[in-house]
Amino acid sequence: MKPGTRLKSAACSTEVVVIKAAGGVIECGGVPMAEDASGDGSPDAAFAGGSVMGKRYVDADATVELLCVKPGAGSLSLDGVALVLKEAKPLPASD
Amino acid sequence: MNIALLLEMAAQADPDRVALVCDGKRWSYGELDHAARGACELIRSSGAQHVALLDESSEAAVIALFGAARAGVPYCPLNYRLADADLAGLLARIAPAMIIGDVERAGRLCADAGDTFYPRSQFTLAALEAKMRDDVEYDAGEGVAIQLFTSGTTAAPKAAILRHSNLISYILGTVEFASAAQADAALVSVPPYHIAGIAALASSIYAQRRIVLLPSFAPEDWLKLVEAEKVTNSFVVPTMLGRIIHAMDKGVKADISSLRAIAYGGGKMPLELIHRALDLFPEADFTNAYGLTETSSTVALLGPEEHRRAHASDDPVERARLASVGKPLPTIELEIRDEDGNVLPPGEAGEIYLRGDQVSGEYREKSALDADGWFPTRDAGYLDEQGYLFLAGRADDVIVRGGENISPGEIEDLLLTHPAIADVAAVAVPSVEWGEAVGIAVVVRGGFDRPEPDELKAMIRQRLRSSRVPECVHFAATLPYNEMGKLLRREVKAMFLK
Repeated sequence: MKPGTRLKSAACSTEVVVIKAAGGVIECGGVPMAEDASGDGSPDAAFAGGSVMGKRYVDADATVELLCVKPGAGSLSLDGVALVLKEAKPLPASD
Repeated sequence: MNIALLLEMAAQADPDRVALVCDGKRWSYGELDHAARGACELIRSSGAQHVALLDESSEAAVIALFGAARAGVPYCPLNYRLADADLAGLLARIAPAMIIGDVERAGRLCADAGDTFYPRSQFTLAALEAKMRDDVEYDAGEGVAIQLFTSGTTAAPKAAILRHSNLISYILGTVEFASAAQADAALVSVPPYHIAGIAALASSIYAQRRIVLLPSFAPEDWLKLVEAEKVTNSFVVPTMLGRIIHAMDKGVKADISSLRAIAYGGGKMPLELIHRALDLFPEADFTNAYGLTETSSTVALLGPEEHRRAHASDDPVERARLASVGKPLPTIELEIRDEDGNVLPPGEAGEIYLRGDQVSGEYREKSALDADGWFPTRDAGYLDEQGYLFLAGRADDVIVRGGENISPGEIEDLLLTHPAIADVAAVAVPSVEWGEAVGIAVVVRGGFDRPEPDELKAMIRQRLRSSRVPECVHFAATLPYNEMGKLLRREVKAMFLK
């Protein structure tokens, strides 16, 4: 999976851009995401927390980083393990 | 990831929100994104290898920046203040290009190079009308987003390149998406060919902060625009801040109570000026931002609280912090190294090395990064015990007197505390005995008598070391600066050769 790849959810309206990727299956709503997924399905109850526009998601080891560019009802996971929000480091506006 | 996605996301989240105000016209995120898509079609069908802007700031700068990004063609804003011969040289290096702005001049300087020309209004109109093709994939953003020519004060201008990945790393690392309040507005008065101008556009768009453009800086216009648009944030170079304060002193009146944050950078801020500004704008948050073109803008910051603490303090160490550019961003690694590459401890001056995803350190001709990804900035500086970074000029400006390295900054900072000195530059002058020695060019403050050279020499001998004592003292009416407020040391040196 190349950085810059845009993945769509098969379970909701979520779309992400891959910032950093390694091996493993990236899922949303509990089902694998794909570049041409339809989004017609519905999320698994265990992965229905939702994704938030403009947030970055990472795994515990920071091997994968995704940017949510379209929000949806499903939540993101890698090989069945939920991804977590990457902490923002807000800075004073410098430019 | 392609930087065009920053605008696309902002447009998707709130298409009707005002993104940009220029010459009284308002543009929504939706309109700008639509125009950037159209510009992508224009650029692709033109066959251009670069998209050059030869113009002041306007909506066309945003449309060209994101349109070129979408098309996968480097965006290359040019300094319209360059002399014809220099500009012609740059145009030849980027042909065939799409040139937006002063097409009459570009055509005259670079005929028959296969360029495509658009005056500003025609470009904007054509971009808005170009047929949008939703099926066309846009560039994945693995390549070069921006090419900026360095000012080339010592040699031919170098073409610094910033990849999509550098800029995305900077924006995602420092800006929270859609974090700006509805009332937030950033006044941008730096020219479009400067990295600070580009960073201002990208970070404001991602934060959804309304951008207010001031195409050609004049202090009265800046003040009027702050009042009219209820501007909350602005980035200025020190020269601009000095001129704004001067205009206020002269009685130019404006309601600037909306202004909450002033960021500055791009040149050395005189201590006297920042103290004055802190008094004059008691409610404003001041931020000093240090960065280079090659690092996608800001790499270190001195924040608002540090400014206020230093301004109010009697402790000399705390007070000296106002002359610091602050601490590196959490995403940036910084080292001070000597000429042999050894990492130096706090308090010792050397060359600043930087590493991080936003650091490109790359030129069209070659990369300047070392094997471990460190970028030698050629800026000299040191860290204090608490990790605050102080700049000490360009590494190339260091005066080497009999093998001893002397940074001009320490001499200048001391002399600026003299009441009769308004401005001063220390440069290397040829010396038979030492190879190089110190020369100082001094501007006397209005209303003061010219100080005796011997008095200045004694002051330096007492407070610094005898090696810092100038061999030559030259009095000048003004010192030479470029339009961004950078001192042209090459020209100061020439003063001593006459």
